[in-house]
Amino acid sequence: MAAPAPRPRVNWWLTGLMAAVSLTVLVPLYFTVVTALKTPDQLGGTGFALPDSVRWANFADAWRLTAFPDVFLNSALITVGAVCLTLLSNSLVAYAIARNMHRRRFRLLYYYFVSALFVPFPIIMLPVVKQTSLLGLDNKVGLVLLYVVYGLALNIFLYVGYLKSVPRELEEAARTDGAGTWTVFWRIIFPLLTPMNAAVGILTCLWAWNDFLLPLVVLSEGEQTLPLAQFVLQSQFNTNYPVAFASYLMAMAPVLIVYVFAQRWVISGVMRGSVK
Amino acid sequence: MTVLDDRAAPAPAGPRSTASARRRGGTGRAYYWMVLPALALFLLFHTVPVLQGIYYSLTDYAGYGRHDFVGLDNYASLFRDGRIWESYLFTFQFAVVATVLTNLVALAVALGLNGKIKFRGTLRGVFFTPNVLSVLIVGYVFHYLFTYSLPAIAEHLGIGALSGSILADPDLAWVGVVVLAVWQAAAFNIIIYLAGLQTVPEDLYEAATLDGATSWQRFRSVTLPLIAPFVTVNMVISLRNFLQVFDHIAALTSGGPGTATTSVSYMIYNGGFNGGEYAYQTANAVVFFLCIVAVSVFQLRILRRHEVND
Repeated sequence: MAAPAPRPRVNWWLTGLMAAVSLTVLVPLYFTVVTALKTPDQLGGTGFALPDSVRWANFADAWRLTAFPDVFLNSALITVGAVCLTLLSNSLVAYAIARNMHRRRFRLLYYYFVSALFVPFPIIMLPVVKQTSLLGLDNKVGLVLLYVVYGLALNIFLYVGYLKSVPRELEEAARTDGAGTWTVFWRIIFPLLTPMNAAVGILTCLWAWNDFLLPLVVLSEGEQTLPLAQFVLQSQFNTNYPVAFASYLMAMAPVLIVYVFAQRWVISGVMRGSVK
Repeated sequence: MTVLDDRAAPAPAGPRSTASARRRGGTGRAYYWMVLPALALFLLFHTVPVLQGIYYSLTDYAGYGRHDFVGLDNYASLFRDGRIWESYLFTFQFAVVATVLTNLVALAVALGLNGKIKFRGTLRGVFFTPNVLSVLIVGYVFHYLFTYSLPAIAEHLGIGALSGSILADPDLAWVGVVVLAVWQAAAFNIIIYLAGLQTVPEDLYEAATLDGATSWQRFRSVTLPLIAPFVTVNMVISLRNFLQVFDHIAALTSGGPGTATTSVSYMIYNGGFNGGEYAYQTANAVVFFLCIVAVSVFQLRILRRHEVND
């Protein structure tokens, strides 16, 4: 990468080809935007044409129909709650396990948590709905707890793997200075985990924000997240596709905007979370 | 359960007399307090539901009211139920086709991105975009494309076979689901393959080129063996995710037309919550769980054999 010598020649054919292939990603997004701006009578044909006259009121209609502010706030609170609690708790558990892998009890605990990676959600789906409604957790708080618990398997795996490469000298120095385990974790280990925290945070954020099945089964009537609202309102959009697409666009917009600005960071985070 | 009992017993290991030992005892206790709340929540929201699921699968529970123990009756009925066989067949066919296509597409795109191209960062960003979007919402956009745009395009081109919506055709609806699945999942796999390709040292290519290897030979005998671990990871993750397909189905077909695209997850959800088949579908979920474990183990064995031993 850092070879300063003669710059490799750019393969323009390949660049053109890749740009053409990237249209497969961009065209559906373009389609969403133009459809959201049309009036119903401009639909028809292939639908790829630009709108003749723009109807901004589609967004106002979708805003009212989906109660956008409420639903957006629900999604945001659930995502922020899930990310914060996951980072704080999962890293803590992983630290305790990683530093005690020589003890049988902690090693068992590690395999117990990680084995959940093999348990598909459908087997838990029906009973957990009973469980959450019984405990009065068929709401945002319950959903946050479920994301924290169901993320444990993967996150423990990631954190423990990462902690093996974190040198113990700093920790031991702090301990000889009289710091307790909790202090060592919060003051030394947690900051050292920053790269892994970023990865876990991004993965949790994308999961909680875009998830559909868990909110669908757990949340009781009246509370909705952004994807759930699109599902519930399918019948009310009726055949008014421009309003429906305006609503889809508003649901996609927050994550798209963040992604445009934090693209490099998001991709490297996801990469670190998957390749270890 | 055993883990909890195991843990609870020796926790109050009494304080020793010497200072260092006492401190070590103290640290040990701190570690236990660090894992205890998470363990309790995990038991409550993961292990207990799994055990409950297994228990209900042995009853005739409808989701409400009283229930009786019926032994393995649900499991026996599962094997005689045509709907169940159909949904497993659809799910596995879909998952295998989608996994293979996703990985072929992702590897091809990653190879392209790894070439000497301009705007690599931007293109990489574009190709990753589908991964940050909700499958359900993208699914609704694709639903419109399949229902209205594709037939209109086919009409322009005079392809009579595609003049109707493919989602309304029991034989073709699954193709629509595959297209959406590949479009969305390839994004993630591209990034993993790209990471893999960057681990291949440049001079290996040069050596192969000097030996007169064609680009296909270079790919076949230099690149592919070196990125084999990444292929393994991608195949395992893709297949596992596609076997549990749900959002795609909810957005595109609702399991139809008829039951042509009813995946196992969709059937468990629909039958369990709306069809009064609570116990029956928990039995289905247990069988599905065993299938997924078996597939994962099998897949890891096969793919590991092809990896380079280093």
